[in-house]
Amino acid sequence: MKRFLPAYACAAYLFLYLPLLALGAFSFNNSKIAVWQGFTFSWYSGVFHNPALVEGTLNSLLIAIVATIVATLVGTLAAYALWKKRLAWLTGSLYLSLLSPEIVTGVSLLVFFQGMFHFLKLQLGLHTVILAHITFSLAYVVIVILARLRSFDRTLEEAALDLGANDWQAFRYVTAPLLLPGIVAAALLCFTVSFDDYVITSLVAGVNSETLPMIIYAMARKGVSPEVNALSVMITVGLGVLVLISGRLERQK
Amino acid sequence: MKSAFSETATVQTKTQDEKRHVLPVSKATVGLALRTLFLSPAAFIMLSFFFVPLLIVFAYSLLSRGPYGGVMLPWTVESYVRIFDPLYLVILWRSVWIAAVSTAFCLILAFPLALYIARAGSRKTLMLNLVMLPFWTSFLIRTYAWMFLLRDTGLINTVLEALHVIHDPLPLLFNTGAVILGLIYGYLPFMVLPLYATLEKLDPALLDAAADLGASPAVAIWRVVVPISRPGMIAGCLLVFIPCLGAYLTPDLMGGGKTVMIGNLVQNQFTTARDWPFGAAISLLLMAMVLLVMRALGDRGEELL
Repeated sequence: MKRFLPAYACAAYLFLYLPLLALGAFSFNNSKIAVWQGFTFSWYSGVFHNPALVEGTLNSLLIAIVATIVATLVGTLAAYALWKKRLAWLTGSLYLSLLSPEIVTGVSLLVFFQGMFHFLKLQLGLHTVILAHITFSLAYVVIVILARLRSFDRTLEEAALDLGANDWQAFRYVTAPLLLPGIVAAALLCFTVSFDDYVITSLVAGVNSETLPMIIYAMARKGVSPEVNALSVMITVGLGVLVLISGRLERQK
Repeated sequence: MKSAFSETATVQTKTQDEKRHVLPVSKATVGLALRTLFLSPAAFIMLSFFFVPLLIVFAYSLLSRGPYGGVMLPWTVESYVRIFDPLYLVILWRSVWIAAVSTAFCLILAFPLALYIARAGSRKTLMLNLVMLPFWTSFLIRTYAWMFLLRDTGLINTVLEALHVIHDPLPLLFNTGAVILGLIYGYLPFMVLPLYATLEKLDPALLDAAADLGASPAVAIWRVVVPISRPGMIAGCLLVFIPCLGAYLTPDLMGGGKTVMIGNLVQNQFTTARDWPFGAAISLLLMAMVLLVMRALGDRGEELL
């Protein structure tokens, strides 16, 4: 048993990381096929010279940034109020939205937007994608921040109130500073979830709102392209760094 | 005189009392106003972009199919009846079966890993983060990475051909096995996390006691560790089963359209087949199944997520 567990863990970590490492290694391969032909950076420069990829990246960044700002703001306020006093239906619906299959969330938003637009004479586009992203990332924000609030010592805020602070001052000068790392962690998580989403986005996106995951999906269906490998490496490294920062902040006391 | 004086005194105390009472009341009102202010944006978003859309889906599921997609009157339950068509029952059964097999594999694969991490001492957090890290990066890219390995012209087939182990590429991608592999790879961390949470609390003295009483390490694990970690196992199984059941991307990309699951059926009805009422009925069926599993998860979910 003493020998089995470490050996097994090694194998498990290889299983988790080998596919990504292989993908990364072949993003530097000087050939379109999976045979090593020498080292090159050309796929990386290719990504930056591909107008569709650049536009997709900009769209994804815009969507993720707007969705993150709104969801973090709304989610932080809600989590704080829910921590003070439970509101079963809201907490329940947030968990439900977190667990509900993406495809169901996607089609329900699609029929909702199309129904609304029937009256409003609007079309699917970046705005519908942003609204969808705010909705599904809200649950992540509330749950991360609520978890952090639950680890708090409630008496700190009560002490502030006893010392003459009003509710707002107690929140502003006691709870908010303690909560800040949690808020940043939630925002970073929100950004990664939004930046990565394909299923819901593809259903509510209209013309001129193609995101990076939609382009990667289309390229993945066509076949292997080293440009996608290069792009994947950049996204994985970028998101990985965000997740590491977020994890560090979340644990900070 | 005396009585009049005392009367005034009583009045005075009364006003003071009232003043004292006024403050907490107004504070409570401010508190309620703040609470409403804090909660209403989130409540508005959940109501208008989560519940109302689901209600529309429910309404659509009871309507008839429009000539060019969309819906029209009359009201009917025909879409729900059609679910029992053997053609669709096969897809439902396949989804449940694939989700169950993937969950079982995740449990078997995650248990020793969680046990290792729980006993890793000071490196616990690092080891756990190493499991979670790929999970929080792009799901699409992780799926694409496996496609890169498994394709006919992918890395595995290329290497095997170069080594003359095989002459024709093995059909590794675009089948049910590939879908299950993709799901296991995608959701393994969901199993490791709750298992680790229960195994971490396990008192090592229990294992020593089992060993003293003559149990071999394997027997000790089977008779002591496994029963104690049952809550983690149940939570992990539900957390993996739910996303597997509703999977769309993995069967779509790694099954190559051959392994159709419920998620793909829903997507197909809303895009290619343009039968919105039927798509809506299947969506609600999938949602009902998730709710059922979520109820089994109960309050435990809140601690784990």
